[in-house]
Amino acid sequence: MEGINVTQLQNGNVNLTAKDFASAQDVRWCPGCGDYSILAQMQRSAPDFGVKPEDIVWISGIGCASRFPYYMNTYGFHGIHGRAPAIATGVKLNNPDLSVWVATGDGDLLSIGGNHFIHACRRNIDIKILLFNNRIYGLTKGQYSPTSEKGKKTKSSPFGSVDYPFNPLSLAVGSGATFIARSLDRDSKHLQLMMKRAAEHKGTAFIEVFQNCNIFNNGAYDLLTDKETKSDNVLMLEHGKPMLFGKDMDKAIKLSGFTPEVIDLNSGKYSIDDAWIHDEKDPDPTRAQIISRFSELDGFPTPIGVLKQEIKSTYNEDVFKQIEGVKQSRGSGDLKKLLYSGNMWEVK
Amino acid sequence: MNEETLDISQSARNKAVLNLNDVTVRFAGDSGDGMQLTGTQFTNTTALVGNDLSTLPDFPAEIRAPAGTTYGVSGFQLHFGSSDILTPGDTPDILIAMNPAALKTNLHDLKNGGTIIVNINSFDSKNLKLAGYNENPLENESLKGFNVVQVPLGQLTKTALENSGISSKEIERCKNFFALGMMYWLYSRPVEPTLKWIEQKFKNAPLIASANEKALKAGYYFGENTELFTTRYRVEPAVLPPGIYRNISGNEAVALGFITAAEKAGLPLFLGSYPITPASDILHELSKHKNFSVRTFQAEDEIAAITASIGAAFSGALAITTTSGPGVALKTEAIGLAVMTELPLVIVDVQRGGPSTGLPTKTEQSDLFQAMFGRNGEAPVAVVAASTPADCFNMALEASRIAVKYMVPVMYLSDGYLANGSEPWKIPDPDKIPAIEVKFSKEKEGFQPYSRDENLSRPWAIPGTPDLMHRIGGLEKANITGNVNYDPENHEYMVHLRAQKVKNIENDIPALEVTGDSDADLLIIGWGGTYGAITEAVNRVRSKGFKAAQAHFRYLNPFPKNTESVLKKYKYILCPELNMGQLARILRSEYLIDVQSFTKIQGLPFKSSEIEKKMYMILGGNNGRN
Repeated sequence: MEGINVTQLQNGNVNLTAKDFASAQDVRWCPGCGDYSILAQMQRSAPDFGVKPEDIVWISGIGCASRFPYYMNTYGFHGIHGRAPAIATGVKLNNPDLSVWVATGDGDLLSIGGNHFIHACRRNIDIKILLFNNRIYGLTKGQYSPTSEKGKKTKSSPFGSVDYPFNPLSLAVGSGATFIARSLDRDSKHLQLMMKRAAEHKGTAFIEVFQNCNIFNNGAYDLLTDKETKSDNVLMLEHGKPMLFGKDMDKAIKLSGFTPEVIDLNSGKYSIDDAWIHDEKDPDPTRAQIISRFSELDGFPTPIGVLKQEIKSTYNEDVFKQIEGVKQSRGSGDLKKLLYSGNMWEVK
Repeated sequence: MNEETLDISQSARNKAVLNLNDVTVRFAGDSGDGMQLTGTQFTNTTALVGNDLSTLPDFPAEIRAPAGTTYGVSGFQLHFGSSDILTPGDTPDILIAMNPAALKTNLHDLKNGGTIIVNINSFDSKNLKLAGYNENPLENESLKGFNVVQVPLGQLTKTALENSGISSKEIERCKNFFALGMMYWLYSRPVEPTLKWIEQKFKNAPLIASANEKALKAGYYFGENTELFTTRYRVEPAVLPPGIYRNISGNEAVALGFITAAEKAGLPLFLGSYPITPASDILHELSKHKNFSVRTFQAEDEIAAITASIGAAFSGALAITTTSGPGVALKTEAIGLAVMTELPLVIVDVQRGGPSTGLPTKTEQSDLFQAMFGRNGEAPVAVVAASTPADCFNMALEASRIAVKYMVPVMYLSDGYLANGSEPWKIPDPDKIPAIEVKFSKEKEGFQPYSRDENLSRPWAIPGTPDLMHRIGGLEKANITGNVNYDPENHEYMVHLRAQKVKNIENDIPALEVTGDSDADLLIIGWGGTYGAITEAVNRVRSKGFKAAQAHFRYLNPFPKNTESVLKKYKYILCPELNMGQLARILRSEYLIDVQSFTKIQGLPFKSSEIEKKMYMILGGNNGRN
């Protein structure tokens, strides 16, 4: 595993439990909100990150998800709408030893904050972005969001929304994020695993969490969470494993050129060897982009899991490398020399 | 180059030498003619010979406007002298016009009887037409009353650079060095500093370097040998306080000021910025000094620039963001966040003409209201303003000191005139600059994120500090605990507390200083970059026997404690501003005092004469005369 040596750090942090990461604040989300699960999984997985609570900073924007920092017993900053990735960038650039996390929603990150999101991904600044995607504006009481499906009827779209939605994974791939994953609020084990993977990653880590808003968009992900339907609609991505789904794992994805197709392993025409083997380290983003679009193709399952992980130098590393390089070549800054430079003359 | 050193004393033998107290020179040409470079070189050399000076670059917003057009004219004005120079000069004594458009757009500013040096090679029918001349002004009476010197600059440069191995297009570009050399001769300045500069600048292009050197020297020798100039001028060094000096622009001074402040505070300097005219040079300058651990973050937009700075402040940096008016508008919400989270942050606004995109390269003082009030809610911030290019250094230190001590955002107002203008700066001894005290909280015992010290400042507890984990944000806070709180009484209390905290800064800043006649009826007040023009106007009025007093604000929120008592002493108060009267309006509402506003909104600084005239109107015939 690249990045932090989890086992080693864990040993220095053995006494921490989920409770140590829970602040004294009352949690104020609506009862039944998917956010509770996300918070619980974060508090459960945080002790495994091997980072002391004082070295973790949670930053958020505006929206239901953005209340998250208040509930974590770490440093926290509840910012303004959409700007969390930029605030996080400043925190990390000033003190790269901190573990910096962003809690955000689909309106916050993809609408008003879209610019900061794509630029954080582009730079590969070492921050973790946890997107609570409920496909609705919750805190403003139910308007369609940039991830709402076309035709969605909401308070601000009584005749149906005419907007095409963003696919957050596709956007992250296109923006150059180096760790891209998706999970579900109701799959606690998987969500914890994704959080740990993000914590270990060096660079911009993006997790999209499908989160149910039981007040304004209840059941948005039922197809992916209900026992009856989920096996036919969810593709659990695992590195090095064939892309199989269906109740009996008898359906697979086959890639022909750049065109994916769903194949039936019972048809006699195909074997498991025809299935596309998921390679999260694939250096070419083209295939990750194809996978990210599965959810928009008829008859295709929605991919869950780690879509992509790429190891390259982070923005903060390069910034400090450059600073050190200049110090090496020019010597550390000498204020007197700086002020007394250029064309000078003396008046006696 | 030493063996080719020009002998000024020898060349001066043949012609009369006239001593002048001060001179205002304006270089004008196409935006591609290198006028800014020429002006800067003349300035640097003038500084080195010990004159006091003040500069006014004036260039179009277009990088390379179509050649020959009036809107593509770029100018650089320099006022230098042997006594105290406060402004770039009202009316140039001499204009160097590289083409008809430059003549057309600058002639009206020239002093009656002033000298015009024109490049006659550019006065062809095409360029005359582009400039809107129906007939050649050099061939009719329109320049009567001026001393017109017609120099075939283009041709002479071409001749000088024959066989220089560069293209004719490149030769054409060297003519500004010819003009510069000629001006060096005319005003008895050495060519060596520019020769040195050329050598450095073009060290990877030896042919260009040698062509520029040749053009410069050819211009100098031309001045010496031509019959066109019968007199050359000498301006003795100015009597300035002893010390080591360098010439500095406002933007450079801002950058050096913040590096110094960070060193004095023992904090890393963080700049979040997005390129914008006329503030970008601060970003450029700070980006050079990475060996001071300066983190310069060129953000994706103005909002990211300030919010990244807020993040850096939260984690313990001396955080600043630099921009101009349109950028401040975008940062408005984030400034409110810094007010609410009570974090130290300096927002530098290098003002330009507005509204909207306005006049990007022109100066104005129209962001005072924006700085004071431009936020949602009751969101007071400290506001300071630099008064001269060199003062930009001092105010960077002050803004940083106030931000850190009071845990408050500080608006730092500069303007296009200060930013690009320059003047000699007596370099301070950094060891004598007081330290900026920073108290990071460390102790768990009794820690509360919104507890208060004697100044009402809250503690600065940065991430990474054990046991002090806390959460802050834009929602209203309960005092002391910092918990989110919507109680009506708490909100009112906190609004007053934040206002009082900013007010408390008045105990910590210098009193408003009054200069001039203590028994005058008339007080001229100003703020920011108008200092030089107002001071010169007051000096002139007083030298003619009138009485006048002057006070200049560098601290605008809070005002110095003695402001009211100063204002109440005078019968007449005149407030010149490059806006619609913003300071005047604030003072009137704050102190119920009849402040008369005198405004100019042309994208240009005041001429001293404009203020002087206005003062006479108030002082009237014999009013106030001794």
